[in-house]
Amino acid sequence: MAGGAADKPVLVRFDGVVKRFGVVTAVDRVTLDIAQGEFFALLGPSGCGKTTLLRMLAGFETPSEGEILISGHEISAVPPHKRPVNMMFQSYALFPHLTVEGNIGFGLRQEKVGRAEIAVRVEDMLALVRLKGYGKRRIDQLSGGQRQRVALARALIKKPRVLLLDEPLAALDKKLRAETQFELMELQRKLGTTFVIVTHDQEEAMIVADRIAVMDQGRLAQVGKPSEIYERPNSRWIADFIGEVSLIEGTVSQTDTIATALGPLLIEESAAKAGDKVCLALRPEKIRLSEQRPAGLEINALAGTVHEIGYRGDISLYKVRLADRSLMKVALANIGGPPPFAVNDVVWLSWAPTAGVVLTR
Amino acid sequence: MRRGPSLFNVTAVALGLAFLYLPIAVLVIYSFNASRLVTIWGGWSLHWYRALMQDTAMVQAAWQSLRIAALSATAATVLGTLSAVALTRYGAFRGRLLFSGMVYAPLVMPEVITGLSLLLLFVALGIDRGFWTVAAAHTTLTMCFVTVIVHSRLVGFDRGLEEAAMDLGCPPLRTFLTITLPLIAPAIAAGWMLAFALSLDDLVIASFTTGPGATTLPIRIYSEVRLGVKPEVNAICTIMIAIVAFGTIVSSLLAKRGAVRREREAALGAAV
Ligand SMILES: Nc1ncnc2c1ncn2[C@@H]1O[C@H](COP(=O)(O)OP(=O)(O)OP(=O)(O)O)[C@@H](O)[C@H]1O
Ligand SMILES: [Mg+2]
Repeated sequence: MAGGAADKPVLVRFDGVVKRFGVVTAVDRVTLDIAQGEFFALLGPSGCGKTTLLRMLAGFETPSEGEILISGHEISAVPPHKRPVNMMFQSYALFPHLTVEGNIGFGLRQEKVGRAEIAVRVEDMLALVRLKGYGKRRIDQLSGGQRQRVALARALIKKPRVLLLDEPLAALDKKLRAETQFELMELQRKLGTTFVIVTHDQEEAMIVADRIAVMDQGRLAQVGKPSEIYERPNSRWIADFIGEVSLIEGTVSQTDTIATALGPLLIEESAAKAGDKVCLALRPEKIRLSEQRPAGLEINALAGTVHEIGYRGDISLYKVRLADRSLMKVALANIGGPPPFAVNDVVWLSWAPTAGVVLTR
Repeated sequence: MRRGPSLFNVTAVALGLAFLYLPIAVLVIYSFNASRLVTIWGGWSLHWYRALMQDTAMVQAAWQSLRIAALSATAATVLGTLSAVALTRYGAFRGRLLFSGMVYAPLVMPEVITGLSLLLLFVALGIDRGFWTVAAAHTTLTMCFVTVIVHSRLVGFDRGLEEAAMDLGCPPLRTFLTITLPLIAPAIAAGWMLAFALSLDDLVIASFTTGPGATTLPIRIYSEVRLGVKPEVNAICTIMIAIVAFGTIVSSLLAKRGAVRREREAALGAAV
């Protein structure tokens, strides 16, 4: 399995974990290692089993099959209140009858830590999440972003081996979310704690995580660094799920060429054999647009007409209709000046053979 | 559409309220009657309240009733809360339907039948009837009301809070005591108040299960009235109405406060 966890010791290991709820298989044969100190993201569409996987690690669900190990120890017999993991809940689950201090100090009070020490550590936590002076407030006197930080502080105060975050930023607005993402990364570097974050926002996963596991219907579809998953997706589903992509169906004719409805296209040499049905995935930012057919033989070039232009601020996404009526997406950075092309213009698309990824699944 | 109530609405409400409360109003007013005759108004006076204080049998019955109500309400609250927890928390356990049916049956069971069957049971077991049997009978009567109230609160309770507590190292029982209990306390208090009020005004079951020396207030009043209505009865009834009204108002306020707070939490949750 792809991934760069080999250099650090494994902290959490899922070994063939299956979870069934009646007839629904929420998690299906997941085998996964998470390294010490890693920022790991579980990404996937709604209902694919991310929360269930996390809850099994926290101890709120027991696997139907397989084992979960923390530092080499099987933990299925350990109840939630004795596991060295803490969780930040999606709904925050702050105790409404306690103050901010009461909430943050709750975990320490369970361990019979002295009052004075609790007070000091709660103050430290308040400082860490930039909520100094809010200790005496009631929970319903806080904004959404402040609650989110109280929940984070409460989960961190016991210095867990693993911090589990279930869509921690889902309730925040875009700007605050972006800020908080960087805060989380900084915090994780500073504390060195292993973070496992669940999200269905792929951009968020790519920004914060060292490694990502993409899940689909309970299975792991691909595990790897964000760049690996984006640049080298291992299936059509992943290519389509992560970012924008155009897919061209074809058959391998030579080791470096595929035959498609648009004519032969050059590809990087791949493992696919001649005669294999494959799919060429192209990211929109890797395609160039020009008025004339670009020179050079070692390049793919196709003519088309601009069908639609989606303005996104930093880039514009062009949808170009090709000879076979299919649409290709091309992203152009908005570098100033008037837009270079208009709807219905005839344009040439071109890309290097190395720009595309050949997918066999 | 017309705004404001029509003449018909106003009349209907007035008649309805009169039907419900006119008898009570008459009773309360006549308890301040100076005249000895119950039906003739002789001016305002607190005479019958003073006379009531002299009537030791009546005062003793009242005291008996209050003690029974407090004891049975407390027992019913503990048992009712536990059964509400079982119904909400242990999912579809074997016999859940039977259990909930049995818990809720006294709600619809005619009191005469409950009273009679308890009487038969006590006789068969050879238990002397008195204070304890009435208290036990009232516990079985009122427990289901507590269950209904606490159950409705537990259904809306966010289990995530309990999971969060356990995740932070709090064992299950302590989680129940430090997180769940404080948050459902208003419902429990409302349940206690209701159980107290129900026990206080029960006549049927008490008369089946009581014995010598354990006459409750409703039984006492009923037997006095059969010999002719004495104005003192009006006075003690007024006091009871005051207690029950107070309990009902407090319990509904408590329940409402819980509901308002839940709504506010939900609104805040949706706003973030
Ligand atoms: N307690 C449960 N009982 C029955 N089915 C459940 C239970 N919990 C989860 N499921 C099912 O398991 C599947 C995975 O659910 P899960 O909550 O893990 O999804 P998720 O990936 O976290 O989705 P989302 O992004 O929407 O939170 C879903 O089909 C869900 O309906
Ligand atoms: Mg989820």
